[in-house]
Amino acid sequence: MSTGTATNAAPERTTKAATAPYRALARTLGTGAPVYALLIVLLLALAATDPGFYEPDRFLAFVKRAAPLVILAAGQYLVIVCGEFDLSVGAIVTAGVVAAAEVYGTHPGAPWALMTAGLLLAGAAAGLLNGLITTVLRVPSFITTLGMMLILEGAVFYWTGGSPQGRLPEDFRRLGRDTAFGWLPWAVLACVVAGVLVALLTRSDFGRTLVATGDSERAAHLAGVRVRRVRVLAFVLSGVAAALAAVLVGGFSGVSAQAGRGYEFEAITAVVLGGVALGGGRGSVVAAMAGAFSLQALFTLLNLQGVSGALESTVQGVIVITAVGLGAADFSRLRRRGHPPGPPTAAPPAPATPSRTHREGHPHDPQP
Amino acid sequence: MTRSRSPRPRRRPTTPAAAAVLATALLAALTACSSDAPADAPAASGQNAGHSAGQKGDSGDKPSKFFDRVEYDRQLTLSGLTPKGPAAKPWEQMLEPKMTDTARYRKKGEGDDVDLCFSNAGVFNPWRQVGLKNMKAEAELHDEIDDFTVLDAQGKDDKQISDIQELAGNKDCDALIVSPNTTATLTPAVKEACGKLPVIVFDRGVETDCAVTFINPIGGYGYGAVAADFLVDEVEPKGKILALRISPGVDVLETRWSAAKLAFDKSELDVVDVKFTDGDPAKTKSVVSDAISRHGSIDGVWMDSGATAVAAVEAFEDSGADVPPITGEDQQDFLEAWKDKKLTAIAPTYPTFQWRTPVIAALRILRGERVPEEWKLPQPTVTEANLDDYLQDGMPPLHYAMCGCQKLPGFPGAWGGKK
Repeated sequence: MSTGTATNAAPERTTKAATAPYRALARTLGTGAPVYALLIVLLLALAATDPGFYEPDRFLAFVKRAAPLVILAAGQYLVIVCGEFDLSVGAIVTAGVVAAAEVYGTHPGAPWALMTAGLLLAGAAAGLLNGLITTVLRVPSFITTLGMMLILEGAVFYWTGGSPQGRLPEDFRRLGRDTAFGWLPWAVLACVVAGVLVALLTRSDFGRTLVATGDSERAAHLAGVRVRRVRVLAFVLSGVAAALAAVLVGGFSGVSAQAGRGYEFEAITAVVLGGVALGGGRGSVVAAMAGAFSLQALFTLLNLQGVSGALESTVQGVIVITAVGLGAADFSRLRRRGHPPGPPTAAPPAPATPSRTHREGHPHDPQP
Repeated sequence: MTRSRSPRPRRRPTTPAAAAVLATALLAALTACSSDAPADAPAASGQNAGHSAGQKGDSGDKPSKFFDRVEYDRQLTLSGLTPKGPAAKPWEQMLEPKMTDTARYRKKGEGDDVDLCFSNAGVFNPWRQVGLKNMKAEAELHDEIDDFTVLDAQGKDDKQISDIQELAGNKDCDALIVSPNTTATLTPAVKEACGKLPVIVFDRGVETDCAVTFINPIGGYGYGAVAADFLVDEVEPKGKILALRISPGVDVLETRWSAAKLAFDKSELDVVDVKFTDGDPAKTKSVVSDAISRHGSIDGVWMDSGATAVAAVEAFEDSGADVPPITGEDQQDFLEAWKDKKLTAIAPTYPTFQWRTPVIAALRILRGERVPEEWKLPQPTVTEANLDDYLQDGMPPLHYAMCGCQKLPGFPGAWGGKK
C-alpha cells in the first residue's frame, strides 16, 4: 500500500499533498466506500431505533446471525472477482444441513468434528465440480452452478421426500448456537477466522492473480497465470465456504429442507453491495463482507421498524438499487469528460458474465 | 415448510447492466415469492392487522377482509359438535352431513376393478408429503382399486389445469380426486372435469359445487380460535403476545389469523407484533429474538402454522428467557420439544388424515352410496392431556402426528419412522 508515502508527501508539493489523504482514503476503501457508508448509516439507524442494540450480547447475536451470510459472501467474492458466478451455494447449504441430519439419523453417535470435516470436504467437491465444468467444458458458470443448484435441490428432495428424517445433535449444533468462553458465539469466531483467512488470501499472490483473471483473462494468461487453475480454486473455496455456512445455519436453526433458501442471491447481493464488479476484476473482499453485514443490518432494521410483508422487499429493493448504483458509478470517468479528448485510458471493467436471472415464485405452499 | 425451489432463468441473460436488477429482483424474490399466494393477495393485510391489533376495541367484528362472520360462527359451532361415524376412524367421520345421492355414478357391474385418478397440487411441504403417503396407503387397503394414478402439479396452476384435463379425458379414470393448487384459477378446469366423471375435491376448495363432494376439516377459524383462546386462558392480562404468520393472502392462513385477532381483541392481551416468517426456521428465530429484545419480554406466542414452532422455542432459550405459552401444530419435532421441555403449549391441527377420505369417498360414490355434499371432518387438538396419545417415538421431525396412519400398511417405515 502506498498510503504511507502519500501522506508524508514532500512540503514543496503542497497542492498535491492537500488532496493526498483523500486519495489515500479513497484508495484504501476502494470501490467499497459506499457500502461502508451504508453500513454506518444502517448501524446508526439501528442504534436510534433500538438503544439496546449495542449491548454486547445483542450485538454479538446480530453478528452471529450474519455469520453464515458473511462467510458465503467471502466465498462468492472469490468467484465473482475472477469473473464467474456461483449460484449453487444456497443449495449446498441446504444439502449440507439435510445430509448431516440424514447421516445422524443412521449414525446418531457420529463425532461432530468428523461430520463437519466431511461436510467441508463435500462442499469442496461440489465446488471442484463446478470449477472443472466451467473451465474445462467451458460451460458458463452461470449455467453450471444453476445446474448444480437444481441437481442438489432435486437430490435432497428425492433423498428425503421433502422431510428430512434425522435430527442434528446438540454437539453438532454448538457451532451455530452456543458460545465460547460463555460470551463469544462460536459462529462469530468462525466468521472472524474465515474472514481473516480470506482477506489474507486475497492479499497473497493467489488473490492478485484472481483479480487479474477477472480483469482480463487474456492478459492474465499471457502473463503466465494458470487461469483455469485459479478459477477452479475459487469455486472450491466457495464450496467450502458454503459448507461452513451449512454447519452454522444447521446449528442455528436445526433441520430444515429449506435451510439455504435464497442464500445464493443474498450472497451475490452482498458482494454487489460491496462494490465488487460483476464480471470480475475489481472490488475487495472486506467490502463484500461489509455488504453482507449491511444486508443483515437492513433485515434487522426493517424487522425492528415493523415493516412487514411486501413492503419489506420494496424497501430492500430501493436501498439495494441505490447502493449498487452508487457503487457502480465510475466517477473518474465523469471527471475525465472535462479534459480534451484523448485515447481512452483505463476502460471501466466490463461485466462480462450474464447476470440476469428470473426467480420464479416458489411452488411453496404456506398452508401446512 | 419445505419447498421445492426451482428457479429457472426464463429469459436469456441480456445485458450486464441487468446485474443490478438481478440483485434487487433476488431480494424482492426472497420475500415475495415465498408463497403461492393467490394473485389477489393483499400484501398489507398482515401489517394492518398488526397495527390495529394493539388498539383495543376497534373493528372487533371486522378483523380482516378475509373475515366471514357466518363461516366463522359455523366453524365454531362445528368445533363443539360430536361428529357422526366411528370415533376410532376420524377420517370417516362427518360433521352435520347433508347427504347427496350418487346412484348415477354407480359403476356397472359389481366387483369391477376401479381406476382412481388424483391431481395433486404438489408435495412441496412435509404436510403434503405425509398426506400423500396416507392417501397411497389408503388406496392399497382396497383390493378393488386396480390402478391409482397420481399426477403432481408441482405447485403450478397451469400444470394442474392440464393434469386435470388429461385425467378427465382419460377413459381409464373412473373418478377424479383433486387437491387444487389455488382456488379461482383451478375452478374452470374442475367444472369441465365434472361433466365427464365424478370429481372429489379436498383440502382446498374451488368456486363451484359441481364436485360430488368437497372434503375438508372444520377450517381455519376453528384452528386460529383454539390457539388464541388457549393464550387468553394461559397468559396474564396485559401480557405481550407475538403472532407469527407464514405469509399474507392465503385464505386458510388468513382465516386462522382473523379468528385469533377477534379473540385477542376481546381479551386484555396486547398483541405487540404480527410478523411473517415465510415458514423459515432461521427467519423465525431471528424474528422472535428481535421481538424479545425490542419488547423486553414476550408472554405468549401465537402461530398460524406450527412448522417453525421449535425455532421459536429455541429463540427464547438462546436469549436466556423462559419459553412462554406457545401454540404449535402436530408436527413431531414440536410435540417432542413440548414434552421434553415441559412447555405450556397447545397444538391445533389441520389433520393429514383428511388425505385418506377422498379415496373412501370415491369408492362409495362408484358403489352408488350416499356421501355428504360437503364432507366436514373433525379437527382434533393436541393438548397437555392427550399429548402422549399422539406423540409417537421414532418418527422423523417433520412428521405429522394426526396422520391417522398408524394402522396403514407400511407404517412406520414408509413414513420415515423406526419401529
